[in-house]
Amino acid sequence: MSYNFNCGNELIELCHKHNKKIWEIMLCRESKNSGENQEKILEMMKENLKVMKSAIIKGLKEDIKSVSGLVGGDAKLLDNRYKKNNTVSGSKMMKAVASAMAVVEVNASMGQVVAAPTAGSCGILPGVLISVGEDFNLCEDELVKGLFTASAIGLIIAKNATVSGAEGGCQAETGAAAAMAAGAVVELLGGTVEEVLHGAAMTMKNILGLVCDPIAGLVECPCVKRNAIGTANALISADMALAGIKSVIPFDEVVEAMYKVGKSLPETLRETALGGLADTPTGRKLAKEIFNNKK
Amino acid sequence: MKNYSAFDIIGPKMVGPSSSHTAGANRLGRVARKIANDDIKSVKFLLHGSFAKTYKGHGTDRALVAGIMGMMENDEELKNSLEIANKQRIKYEFVETNLGEVHPNTVKFIIEKSNGEQVEIMGASIGGGNIKITEISGLRLEFTGQYPTVITRHKDYPGVIAKVTKMLADYDINIAFMSVYRQDKGQDAFMVIESDHEFKDDLGIDIKREVDDVKDVYIIESM
Repeated sequence: MSYNFNCGNELIELCHKHNKKIWEIMLCRESKNSGENQEKILEMMKENLKVMKSAIIKGLKEDIKSVSGLVGGDAKLLDNRYKKNNTVSGSKMMKAVASAMAVVEVNASMGQVVAAPTAGSCGILPGVLISVGEDFNLCEDELVKGLFTASAIGLIIAKNATVSGAEGGCQAETGAAAAMAAGAVVELLGGTVEEVLHGAAMTMKNILGLVCDPIAGLVECPCVKRNAIGTANALISADMALAGIKSVIPFDEVVEAMYKVGKSLPETLRETALGGLADTPTGRKLAKEIFNNKK
Repeated sequence: MKNYSAFDIIGPKMVGPSSSHTAGANRLGRVARKIANDDIKSVKFLLHGSFAKTYKGHGTDRALVAGIMGMMENDEELKNSLEIANKQRIKYEFVETNLGEVHPNTVKFIIEKSNGEQVEIMGASIGGGNIKITEISGLRLEFTGQYPTVITRHKDYPGVIAKVTKMLADYDINIAFMSVYRQDKGQDAFMVIESDHEFKDDLGIDIKREVDDVKDVYIIESM
């Protein structure tokens, strides 16, 4: 029996056919394709979850500075704010966002992270999943299931479009990460397979067209803050899906649209550091300073 | 369309900041180390394209040196690899260059072994930590390190391939993919064999002993 699928519709069919949730389909698929037993695969994914958790703790506790010095310490500032003050967007939201930023700051300082789906977008999934997990008292095994659900969403995007900023802009990278995170949360909180895909579709729709324009070509600025907005986007979309709101455009078509948008972005806005924020007076000045100092 | 695993999407575990510039670079270094038979006195890294432009900020230099020393892409010590190499008296040098019409994240390793022998390896980091090796000692070939791989450098002569594949069959090793490369008839050739199962360490010694025309065997674990 094959558990392979190419698109969202096929995933929905598989879930209904076997009366399984998305995470279970992914687990069966992984076991079937790799020949490993399911316990071992769950254990491997748990290792990823541990690295994600450690990165959040590290980013919120330690004084982080990136290799170039452009980023570091912002997650701590936000963490401080939501713990001590009434925040504009609420402490649950800020907790997730601070966690996500912490992970990307650890990434930029050459600390240990899990690419999810990429290193540049590595904050969103742990930020969303782990903070929602704490709020809803979800145990580690539940969060591991969430990672499998997230991987199914990412797999469809990688297969039919791209998760690379160089190919599709930041919409592909942080967009995919946010869609994965939203999908995982929807399933963990009891959403149906269809609701998971609506959540992922709405997330992707919200960020369509976002360019990839890193200052000096480094995974630092604006990457850390774009993980913040990706986190907020995932949480909002998950709530919309769980409220029963449907994406007017189905997930598979949103993915296709994202790919088309990505391809029509000029190359200057696809991780080349030749356009957007990288090509502002400050962006150019910083690039010059970083490379003159470092060589 | 690639048949992605859940761990291709959620993974790899790595030190940042970039799967292509850091994790991929580290993996290229690890393969280069294997091809130099774990024996490296000095390395000159020729960096091309995006590798040349952003290697300092992405820690590509540290990742490459870590790989050359056999450190993994998720080793937190990776960021101190230059200092570790200095202590181990491994010499390294980074040269920004243009390697021609190749992938933007390409590096050429010029490695000197302890006996003075030189090995050259070229490879590219092609995204998400995935790599491909494109050249060994001036001879073009291609493999990704996704599968356990055995490479032989042998004389382009009838029967060499049959003898090696027969040996693998005797070891009960299934060949998943295989390619053969050569520059000129009767000269040096490479055979790249990828399998689903890790090869035993002594396989290389066995092949060299049993098959006269095989000069070198490299065994590379899957990434």
